[in-house]
Amino acid sequence: MQIKVENNKAWFLVLPVFIIVAFSAIIPLMTVVNYSVQDIFDPYTRYFVGTEWFEQVMQDSRLHEALIRQFIFSFTILIIEVPLGICVALMMPTKGRGASLALILVAIPLLIPWNVVGTIWQIFGRADIGLFGAFMTNIGIDYNYSSNPIDAWLTVVLMDVWHWTPLIALLCYSGLRSIPEVYYQAARIDQASRWAVFRYIQLPKLANVLVIGMLLRFMDSFMIYTEPFVLTGGGPGTATTFLSQSLVQQAIGQFDIGPAAAFSLVYFLIILLVCWVFYTTIMNMQKDK
Amino acid sequence: MAWMSWTLPTALFFTGIAVILVGMTAWQIISPCVERRGFLPLATTRGDRLFIGLLSSAFIHLAFVALTDVNIAVATVLCVLWMIILMRWG
Repeated sequence: MQIKVENNKAWFLVLPVFIIVAFSAIIPLMTVVNYSVQDIFDPYTRYFVGTEWFEQVMQDSRLHEALIRQFIFSFTILIIEVPLGICVALMMPTKGRGASLALILVAIPLLIPWNVVGTIWQIFGRADIGLFGAFMTNIGIDYNYSSNPIDAWLTVVLMDVWHWTPLIALLCYSGLRSIPEVYYQAARIDQASRWAVFRYIQLPKLANVLVIGMLLRFMDSFMIYTEPFVLTGGGPGTATTFLSQSLVQQAIGQFDIGPAAAFSLVYFLIILLVCWVFYTTIMNMQKDK
Repeated sequence: MAWMSWTLPTALFFTGIAVILVGMTAWQIISPCVERRGFLPLATTRGDRLFIGLLSSAFIHLAFVALTDVNIAVATVLCVLWMIILMRWG
């Protein structure tokens, strides 16, 4: 009888990554947990307050409002970016110079730093000097993202769609390229319609990249800070103040380290829960197939 | 370590998590687990159930803090019971 011996040497190869993650994520997270149960005046003066900050944060109407705004924003951009990204990927040329050119053009928004994206859209949306703002004004729409909350939302969503749809498009493009030609040949023999090819060949093959794309976009949009901060500063009023901006105002603006740490942990747990539900649901759907 | 602003309760909490992780690793080496289906609506491994248990325990604690004036220790006791039920029959 042959006994299979497990070789665990590979774990040592993972060790450097573990050490880096420990320093960049685990230790800071542990520190945040420590902060969340204390009232900190300075590095040497701190008092244990138990769950007081959590009670305060859980009953804070600003947090509730920012959380609702955050969910609306994340789901809005997912609903727009995922189908749009798939459409762009399907329309991109597959061979020749056109393919390379399309790839470069689609990737450009991804290469622009986040604060620059905010500035671009800040100018783009201005009614006096911005192309988009002037266009809206000239067609008779009273558009002003700095005073009208709906316009501010429209601009923030448009900006995110412009910035991040290319990510979904590129992921889908690579997913589409990995489908063997024989599938399409079989579809042609069966005289399958364009929709049937998409529904039964392309979409199932894209499932894995779409899971990754949706997870990345959800987490990233749920933590969005720089672009709306530069574009609207969270305004008008608090119309576009999302969770991370509320958190920064509390942690750095008011220097309430304890409540901000408690806020961060609640924020972290929500992201963890939503990502887990999302991942498990999609993975189980694939298993059932 | 002083810069991390440790307190006794948080130190105990993280020690507990570390002990659980080491224990689960040892358990896995001694008797590797098989994915199975319990009362949860999905097939889970031991590690999945631990993760679900810890995450749900965090939310149970938050719910107690947000909605009741009951001592947080009651939530902890309930979570320990919940973890045992989940690990055994989940």
